[in-house]
Amino acid sequence: MSFFDYFKSKKKSTASVAKERLQIIVAHERGMRDQPDYLPQLQQELIAVIRKYVQIDDDMVQVELDRNEDCSVLELNVTLPEHQP
Amino acid sequence: MAKIIVVTSGKGGVGKTTTSASISTGLARRGFKTVVIDFDVGLRNLDLIMNCERRVVYDFVNVIQGEASLNQALIKDKRVETLYILPASQTREKEALTQEGVERVLNELAETFDYIVCDSPAGIEHGAQMALYYADEAIVVTNPEVSSVRDSDRILGILQSKSRRSEMGLDPVKEHLLLTRYNPDRVDRGEMLSVGDVEEILAIPLLGVIPESQIVLNASNQGMPVILENDSDAGQAYEDAVGRLLGEEREHRFLTAAKKGFFSRMFKG
Ligand SMILES: Nc1ncnc2c1ncn2[C@@H]1O[C@H](COP(=O)(O)OP(=O)(O)OP(=O)(O)O)[C@@H](O)[C@H]1O
Ligand SMILES: [Mg+2]
Repeated sequence: MSFFDYFKSKKKSTASVAKERLQIIVAHERGMRDQPDYLPQLQQELIAVIRKYVQIDDDMVQVELDRNEDCSVLELNVTLPEHQP
Repeated sequence: MAKIIVVTSGKGGVGKTTTSASISTGLARRGFKTVVIDFDVGLRNLDLIMNCERRVVYDFVNVIQGEASLNQALIKDKRVETLYILPASQTREKEALTQEGVERVLNELAETFDYIVCDSPAGIEHGAQMALYYADEAIVVTNPEVSSVRDSDRILGILQSKSRRSEMGLDPVKEHLLLTRYNPDRVDRGEMLSVGDVEEILAIPLLGVIPESQIVLNASNQGMPVILENDSDAGQAYEDAVGRLLGEEREHRFLTAAKKGFFSRMFKG
């Protein structure tokens, strides 16, 4: 084992990186499964409205619907950029 | 009552056809009257793996469209007494598989067979949905690799929302995880997701782990379901999976790397 390999081995294994990425994406996609079909479009339109005022990326707006027995909550999460002129 | 088992995955090339051939052969070898159906219309391959490609006269779509009877289309396996193959059409579109047509054929098969194994095409579109729609149980074939695991999770979602059992509010389709092309050496080196990792993410019961093995290619070259290679690791792993499918307790094998010498263990990495 070379000197450099010693430091390399301290890095996280690629398998554990794969596992973490999968856990995140699978949880996200499971959440999406039970969502109504109109949500993606709603999300796009909300992004368009917000962009009239603030420059944001697509992934900075999250829309989710939480359905319970007698009421549903539409949750809108907007991350704004740090420095706005 | 016949049991309908779909072999599915979402992602292509992970080992569905290899698995369908071995699981159906394993069930038939135990005396169950078993038919394996190729749902991969347009890309028929099960016939090659089962070594009956030159005996195909009529196919699944011919039967659905009333151009041939089931008896004319079913091919009797030459090695295992109670095994039959229903080949896919090579020339039609996947849309030729209508829901009513598939149902009619499955119902007719269910009158005489114990097990109906459905080899799904890749993807999550019409062909894959037809293959899983009538299933009682699903074998979700997964490779220890990110895109395969993600696609397996999507297929699980479809099983839970778009199968006959889910739509009719019956007991859910019984799900089984079959991890294939597993390489314990690479898992040890941290280069491949482990069985435990995949089980944790997909959260369904483990039916078996099939090691990555050169025998699989050798067997398919000759049209031999790998389960018939009794001395091989992959063949034995498939035989164990058949046992578990039938409710037997079997310890998982082939999960650890071949023992290494002292030096290679010291200096691994
Ligand atoms: N355990 C294994 N070890 C080594 N090779 C394997 C193993 N299982 C499958 N393979 C190889 O992987 C390839 C794809 O297998 P197979 O055709 O069964 O996949 P599939 O999921 O049916 O593909 P498709 O999605 O195209 O229908 C084949 O070349 C096969 O020999
Ligand atoms: Mg296939």
